[in-house]
Amino acid sequence: MDLVLNRYSPDERYDVIIVGAGPSGLSAAVRASEQGMNYLLLEAEEEPAGTIRKYQRGKHVMAEPRGLPLQGALPFAAATREDVLERWEEAMAEHRIEVRYEARVISVNRLDQGLEVVLADGEKLVADHVVLAFGVQGNLRKLDVPGGDLPQVQYQLDDPEAYRNETIVVVGGGDSGVENALALTGRNQVIVVNRDEDFSHCRESNLSQLTEARQKGALDWLLETTPRAVERNHQGEFPITLVVSTPEGIERIPCHRIIARLGALPSRPLLEKFGIDFQTPDPTALPQLSPRYESSIPGLYIIGALGGYPLIKQGINQGYEVIEHILGNPVEPADAPLLREKFAKLGADLDIDEALAKIQRGVPLLAQLNTLQLRELVLESNVLLVNPGDIIFKRNDYSTTFYSIVEGDLDVLIDEDNIPDAVLKAGEFFGEMALVSGRRRPGTVRARTRCLLIETPRQAMLKLIGSVPAIRRMLDEAAIKSAVLICIGLSLKEEELDSLARSAVLRQYAAGDELFHEGDEADGLYLIQRGSVTVSRMIGGREVVLFYVAAGNYVGEMSLISGEPRYGTVRAAVATEAVFIEAARMREIIDRNPEIRAALDERYMQHLQEQEMRQQMEVSVDTGTMSVQGSPSNLFSFLIQQGVGEATDVLLIDESLCVRCNYCEQACADTHGGASRLDRDTGPIFANIRVPTSCRHCEHPHCMKDCPPDAIHRAAHGEVYIDDSCIGCGNCQQNCPYDVIQMAVVQHDRPERSLWQIMLGIQPKVTPAVDSRKVAVKCDMCKDIADGPVCVRACPVGAALRMKPEELMGYAGGGTLPGVGGG
Amino acid sequence: MQVAGRCPAWVGASMQRGNIFDYRNYRYFKLAVILILLALAAWLLFDPAVGHYGGSWLGYGFGTLSAFMVLWMAWYGVRKRRYRGTGATQGWLSAHIYLGTAMTVIVTLHSGFHFDFNVATLAYGLLLVVVVSGFFGNYAYMIYPRQMTDNMGEDSLDSLLLRIAEADKLARQIALQMPDDINNVVARACRETTIGLGVLEQIRGYQPDCPSALAVEQLGGLGRHLSSDQRTLYHELYSIMVRRQSLVKRARQDLMYRARLGIWLYCHVPFTFALLTALMAHVVSVFIYW
Repeated sequence: MDLVLNRYSPDERYDVIIVGAGPSGLSAAVRASEQGMNYLLLEAEEEPAGTIRKYQRGKHVMAEPRGLPLQGALPFAAATREDVLERWEEAMAEHRIEVRYEARVISVNRLDQGLEVVLADGEKLVADHVVLAFGVQGNLRKLDVPGGDLPQVQYQLDDPEAYRNETIVVVGGGDSGVENALALTGRNQVIVVNRDEDFSHCRESNLSQLTEARQKGALDWLLETTPRAVERNHQGEFPITLVVSTPEGIERIPCHRIIARLGALPSRPLLEKFGIDFQTPDPTALPQLSPRYESSIPGLYIIGALGGYPLIKQGINQGYEVIEHILGNPVEPADAPLLREKFAKLGADLDIDEALAKIQRGVPLLAQLNTLQLRELVLESNVLLVNPGDIIFKRNDYSTTFYSIVEGDLDVLIDEDNIPDAVLKAGEFFGEMALVSGRRRPGTVRARTRCLLIETPRQAMLKLIGSVPAIRRMLDEAAIKSAVLICIGLSLKEEELDSLARSAVLRQYAAGDELFHEGDEADGLYLIQRGSVTVSRMIGGREVVLFYVAAGNYVGEMSLISGEPRYGTVRAAVATEAVFIEAARMREIIDRNPEIRAALDERYMQHLQEQEMRQQMEVSVDTGTMSVQGSPSNLFSFLIQQGVGEATDVLLIDESLCVRCNYCEQACADTHGGASRLDRDTGPIFANIRVPTSCRHCEHPHCMKDCPPDAIHRAAHGEVYIDDSCIGCGNCQQNCPYDVIQMAVVQHDRPERSLWQIMLGIQPKVTPAVDSRKVAVKCDMCKDIADGPVCVRACPVGAALRMKPEELMGYAGGGTLPGVGGG
Repeated sequence: MQVAGRCPAWVGASMQRGNIFDYRNYRYFKLAVILILLALAAWLLFDPAVGHYGGSWLGYGFGTLSAFMVLWMAWYGVRKRRYRGTGATQGWLSAHIYLGTAMTVIVTLHSGFHFDFNVATLAYGLLLVVVVSGFFGNYAYMIYPRQMTDNMGEDSLDSLLLRIAEADKLARQIALQMPDDINNVVARACRETTIGLGVLEQIRGYQPDCPSALAVEQLGGLGRHLSSDQRTLYHELYSIMVRRQSLVKRARQDLMYRARLGIWLYCHVPFTFALLTALMAHVVSVFIYW
C-alpha cells in the first residue's frame, strides 16, 4: 500500500483501523492481515510496543495467567524484554504489517456510515470499524513545571549502566521510580523525590531494597516533596538544578539528570471525548463494553489494558477475537476448551456460559466477580463432584485451598467425637481460615450429600481479595464468624453466633504491639485469627514471657471471668490479627449459655494452675536456684526474637551436643543438588541452643509475597518449597528476613558415593549441569525423601532437631489446644 | 536437649531428646547388658571338655559372633556417610558405642584368657586400641562441644581470624609512631604469633612463649618515658594488644577443641583397618589349621 497516496485520497476507506501497536493491536493487525482485510495500524510513537520497550533492559516479561492458551499468530512466551520485542518484530515483518508510526489519534467521530479517525497532524481517515488498543501507558505524565522540558529531564530509563558518576534525581515514589533509582545506585549519587509521606504504593520487595540502600548510604530520599522548577546552570559541575518544596521549605538540588516517573494520565477523559460511555462515575471505572468488546459507539471496539485487561496474553487473545467478531465469524474465547474440560464431569453437553451462570447464581460470593474474573478463577480452580461421606480435608491438614459450594451440604467436625458440629450449605464457602491464618485446618469437612464444589488455590483467592473489595468484606465477615465458632461458639445458637459475629471487630497489630496491658480493666475477649501473641508479666522487676499463644486460640478470658484486672500483658509476637469481642457482649453470652460458662470456667482453673507453676519457676530463677540464661521465659523471648513466633517448623542445634562434624550440611547438599540449604555455623545462640541459618517455614512465608512465576508453595505437611518454575529473579532471597534463601546452580542426579569413594574420601565426579542457571534454593524439609529431614537423621549425636513452635513453647498445658492463653 | 537439663523435668516433657547415651531410653545400653549377661552365663554354665579357649565350641560361637560384630561396627563408618539411607544415624552411633563395648567382653571370653605371640593376640590388642580410642572419643564428644560454645559464643573461627588480622594492621600502624623498643615488640608479636601451627600446638591449644602474651607483658613496662601525646596512642595500642591476645587465645582454644574432637579418629580408623586385616588372618589361619 502506498501511504503517500493514501494521505491524499479521502475516498480510501479501511475495513478496520487499529490504534496502538502494543501486543493487543499487533495481534489484531496480524489477524486482519491473515484475513485479507483492508486495515491500518496506527502508532503514536516511533516504534511498536512502547510500554514493554520502556521496561528496563533485560527485564523478565511474564506470561500470565499461565493456564490461558494463546490465540492467533502473534508469538508470545515468558522471556526477556529483548526476546519478546524481537519475536514481535519478526512476526510484523513476516505478516507485512501495515503500520504508520508517529500517528497520534486525537479524536474519533461517528459518520453516517463508519467512523472518522482524526490524527494530530489534522489528517482524517475513514474506516468501517475502529479498534482502540493503545493501553494506559502511552500518555506519560510530564513534569509540569518551568524547565520541565529541558533535555536533562527524561521520562524513562532504558539502560541504567549508561550512567556513571552522576548525581541523578528520580522524581516519583512508585515502583517504576524506585526500580530506576535502585538500578542507578552504586555508580551514581541518587536522590528519590516523593510527594507522599512514605512509599506505601511500592511493592514490598522494592520497599525493602530501597530502605536497605538508604541505610547503606547508597541513595537518599526526600518525602512530602514536590518539584517546583528546573533551572539551567551555566557554570559549575551540575548542568541543572531542581527546585523542590519540602516540609522545611524550598530546597535546591543541583544535579546532572532528572528521571521523572510520574505514571500515566488516565485515559478516561480522552475516551469520553470520543463519546464512549463508562460503567460508573468512578474515575477508575472501565468503559462499557459488549461481550464482543464493542463500546457504546457501534463499530468502535476497545481491547487490552484500555478495556481493563492489563495482561499481555489477554490483550493478544482479544486482538485475535475482535477481528473475528468484526468479520462476524463465530469465535470462542481462548479459555473455552479448558473450561469445558473443567466442567466435563458435570455432563458432556453442558454449555460453559450456563455452567458459569449456575456458579454465580449458586454462590453469592462469586456473584461479585465479572464474567472474566470468574472465568479466570474457574480456570485456576478444580471443579469437584464429591459423594456423600467423602472427606474434603481433615482437621490439622496443611492444605490451603478455598472451597465454594455450588450444590449440596457438608458437615464440619471440629472436635474428635465424629458428631457434626456445623453444617455447610449450598452457596456458602469454607476453608477461608487457611487463607488468613496459614496454619493447619481447624476442622474436618465431610460431604453429607452429593456436592458440587469449586476448589480455588490460595494465591488465586488472595489476588481476588486484593482486587475485589466486596469479596474481601464478605470473607472478613466469615472469618470473624468462624473464629468465634472455633474458639467458643460450639454450643451457640445460629442467631447468637451471627449477632456475636456482627458485633465483633477485626483488629490488626504489628509485631510488638500490645493487645492489652497487665493491670488494665478487662475490655473483652481476643480471638487470635492470624499470627501469634505472647503473654508476659512483670516478675521481680523484669518482664517475663509466660506463654506463647498461636492463631486459632484466644486470650483475655481470665479477667472476663474473674472480674479482676488483667493478669498479664499480651503482645503480638509477629504481625497479628485478632477478632475482638466486647466484655459486655461476652458476659451476656456467658450468662445465657451455661455450657460456655462451664467450659470457660474449666479453662480458667487450668490456666490458674499453669500460671502458678510458671510463676514459681521464674521465681526460682530469681532466687538463684536456676541459671537466669536457662530460664524458659528467656529462651522464649530469644526464640521469639529469632522469628520462631511465625515459624511452623524450625531447625535448632543443641551446641552442647554438636561435635561440629557438619554431616547435617553435607547430607543436605548431597540430597539437594550440591548446595546445602542450612548453615550450621551461623545464627544466634542462647543457652546452648543455636538457631542456624535455615528455613523456618513461616506461617505467612515472606518469600511467597512477590514471586513472579508463583513458584513458591506450601506442601500438605507445611513445607514451604520452591518448584522448578523459578526464574532466578531473587525476590524471595530479598524478602526473606532470615537470609535462608540462596541463589545456586542445582546439579540434579548427583550420584551417591560408592563404598570406595567413601573410604578414600573421594567426591564423585559431577557432570556439569547443562542448564547452569542460578535459581533460588531453600530448605524443603526433605518433603520428597522418605523418613524425613536428612539434616536431623545424619546427625550422629542428636544435636540437630526440628521443632514446631507449639512443641517448643506450648508445654505449659499444651498450647495447641484451642483456648490456651492467659490474661 | 539442653533446656531440659537445666529446668525441672516437667518442662522438658515434650522436648526431651536423647543424646547418644540415653537414646530411646537406653535401648542399646540395655541390649548390651543383656548380651554381656548372656555371654557370662554361657561362660559359667558350659565348661567345655577342652577348657575355655577359642577352639572350644563355645569359643567358636563367641568368635563367630564377635567377627560379625566387628564388621558391623566398621560398617558404621560407611553408614554415617550414606545420607540417603533411612533411619537416624544417632541410633547407629548409640548402638555402635554400647554393642562395641559388649563385644569387647565377648571377645575376651572368646580368648579364654590365652594370650600368646600370635595373630589372635595381635587382633585382640588392636581391638583394645580401637575400643579405648573410641572411649576417648565418647569423652571428647561429651565435654568439648559445650566448652567450644562457651569459648566462641556466636563468633566463627573465620571472624576471629579476621578480627586478629585487623588488630594486627592497626597495632602496626600505631606502633610505627612509637619508640623503637615498642615498635619491635609489637612487630614481633604480629610476625611470630602462630595459631594452630602443627598438630602438637593444635592439641595443646597454646604456643610456647607466645609472642603475643609476651608483648602485652613487655608493653606494660615500656610506656614510662613517653611524651603526653604518645601516651594516648600508647594506651590505645596497649588495649588493642590486649584484645588481640584474647582473640588469639580464643582462636587457639577453638582449634584445640576441634583437634581433640577429631584426633582420636586418626587412631580409631587406621587401627580399625589393621584390626580387620588381623582378624581376617586370624580367621583364615583357624580354618587352615582346623
